Amino acid sequence: MATAHLLEVDDLHIEFRTRDGVAKVINGVSYHLDPGETLAVLGESGSGKSVTAQAIMGILDMPPAVVTAGEIRYQGRNLLARPEEERRQVRGREIAMIFQDALSALNPVFPVGWQIGETLRQREGLSRSAARNRAVELMDLVRIPAARERVGDYPHQFSGGMRQRVMIAMALAMNPKVLIADEPTTALDVTVQAQIMDLLADLRRDLDMAMILITHDLGVVAGVADRIAVMYAGRIVEHADVRSLYRAPAHPYTKGLLESIPRLDVRGQELATIRGLPPNLMRIPSGCPFHPRCPYAQQVCVDVVPHDLALDDGRTSACHFAQEVRDASARR
Amino acid sequence: MPAPAADRTKVRGETILSVDHLVKHFPITQGVLLRKQVGAVRAVDGVSFELRRGETLGVVGESGCGKSTLARLLMRLETPTAGRATLHGRDLFRASGAELRRLRRNMQMVMQDPYTSLNPRMTVGDIVGEPFEIHPDAAPRGSRAGRVQELLEVVGLNPEHINRYPHQFSGGQRQRIGIARALALRPEIIVCDEPVSALDVSIQAQVINLLEQLQDEFGLSYVFIAHDLSVVRHISDRVAVMYLGKIVEIGTEDEIYERATHPYTQALLSAVPVPDPEVRDQRNIIRLTGDVPSPADPPSGCRFRTRCWKAQEICATQEPHAVLRAADPHPSACHFAEVAPRLS
Repeated sequence: MATAHLLEVDDLHIEFRTRDGVAKVINGVSYHLDPGETLAVLGESGSGKSVTAQAIMGILDMPPAVVTAGEIRYQGRNLLARPEEERRQVRGREIAMIFQDALSALNPVFPVGWQIGETLRQREGLSRSAARNRAVELMDLVRIPAARERVGDYPHQFSGGMRQRVMIAMALAMNPKVLIADEPTTALDVTVQAQIMDLLADLRRDLDMAMILITHDLGVVAGVADRIAVMYAGRIVEHADVRSLYRAPAHPYTKGLLESIPRLDVRGQELATIRGLPPNLMRIPSGCPFHPRCPYAQQVCVDVVPHDLALDDGRTSACHFAQEVRDASARR
Repeated sequence: MPAPAADRTKVRGETILSVDHLVKHFPITQGVLLRKQVGAVRAVDGVSFELRRGETLGVVGESGCGKSTLARLLMRLETPTAGRATLHGRDLFRASGAELRRLRRNMQMVMQDPYTSLNPRMTVGDIVGEPFEIHPDAAPRGSRAGRVQELLEVVGLNPEHINRYPHQFSGGQRQRIGIARALALRPEIIVCDEPVSALDVSIQAQVINLLEQLQDEFGLSYVFIAHDLSVVRHISDRVAVMYLGKIVEIGTEDEIYERATHPYTQALLSAVPVPDPEVRDQRNIIRLTGDVPSPADPPSGCRFRTRCWKAQEICATQEPHAVLRAADPHPSACHFAEVAPRLS
């Protein structure tokens, strides 16, 4: 593929070397992001969605994590091969990240304005008062009411939704081109969750950022994402635009996941389930890692690792029977 | 296991639990030596409902609405400030000694977090069998191991794993252990406090199906507390919506999800993320502004008025009571209750 993409993860492999053994957490993940685009990465716990993001940011604890293969290219440069000082320049200024739990991501003993302004004082050399003024502007931008009065307040004086806004303001301080949001609304109530997703969508448009949204809930990202990458056992198993993915999932895992979500608009009988458990990453099954749980599994799935199969309209699915699964699951 | 399974139908049975104007205020105190009360967090502030045999009552609401305190009150883990609850006509909060033990046997609880609600130093057999230590008449000493294995099998675990420890199980399996423990004394009512919210989607569906299957098998009644409205709709026969310590609307699953009349319920439903892009396009989304006010200082009159788009003068001065209104015959605590145009 041409290297015209803004951000590109290319065949990334990461393992965690622990006392108990080697956990293969990322096993050949590739995705890319173009300017102004929103990519959602969907997966359950242990699928590797957050680890990939942490590798992009360069905040992965190494050891125990080891990148065994692959590249992460930002504007054509392989970040993994660059010295720490250069990565620091990328972090915040080019790519910024927000986390799930705003309460533990903020420092409880400093006012929020001071924390938002910290990057600006350290990296841009702004004076304390200039940084404070900029912090007020950023708080306005993320729609925190009465920003000027609240700039000196501490994190515990804010509600969960407002704290999340503070963290978004911190991430935006250096005008990054890419914003990675790791489960940004998981800890929030539904009415507040909707407010934060609206805010992120508006900011992405107004500031012309590209965004990676990491989530376990397809419903949360469906309205915002251009494309969705579904992860399972450290691989991307399906990659498609939101509408086609929902209408006709082409990987048995995606299909099972969609069917096991209770729906708000129907009172269902028994929920469809995916049998079994996600694999232990120290003992990933041979062939297709999903085969022990898959209703479509054949002998070939046990023997051969499926490669990304290209379907029409740019979709891919890492399943030997992608066409059949898609045709079987076409909803309308 | 012997259970009155055959005669159970989806037709509602008689009322077994009746909760009447239950109140729980947590005092806010000041001072070290002379503690004086300066206020109260009104966690549960006058909640009434009935639970019938074999039915599931869903309780939904956002964090801080008092739904977990309600669960703890029902289990008598908290003492209420006022109000009563009767199980088969006997007062839950007046009972003591042997009578309390008998009542407690009838009501069990499944907790939210399968990682902290199981003692890491006890084997699965000891955890599931512990209720028999407290109620020795439920299973004679010699037959306990057999009973525990039976219970493990009922919840879909391998009975041979009786000597394993909680850390050897996954989250979904641990939640099954918690369910087996709740079933041990053959209760009539199980209070489930967010039983699936810590689980991944694919595992969540397995546990929901298990709860439904156990309900059919043993004729259980559930009080099912959750913040996920889709899950609650799936499992509940009736649903109560809570806001700041009060039930604002209660009705059958259909009345709440198709014909909600309280503005808060309507906003809550419209905010639920729906994955289907086609449904999303047609949805009429109500965006609430602001956050839930503090339960230590709730607004006067209607507690929802500070975030409500329908609020008028009367909402600040007069508290709306949950009575039947012309709009739709189920209780809704709003002066301007009416069915909204279709939400989905």
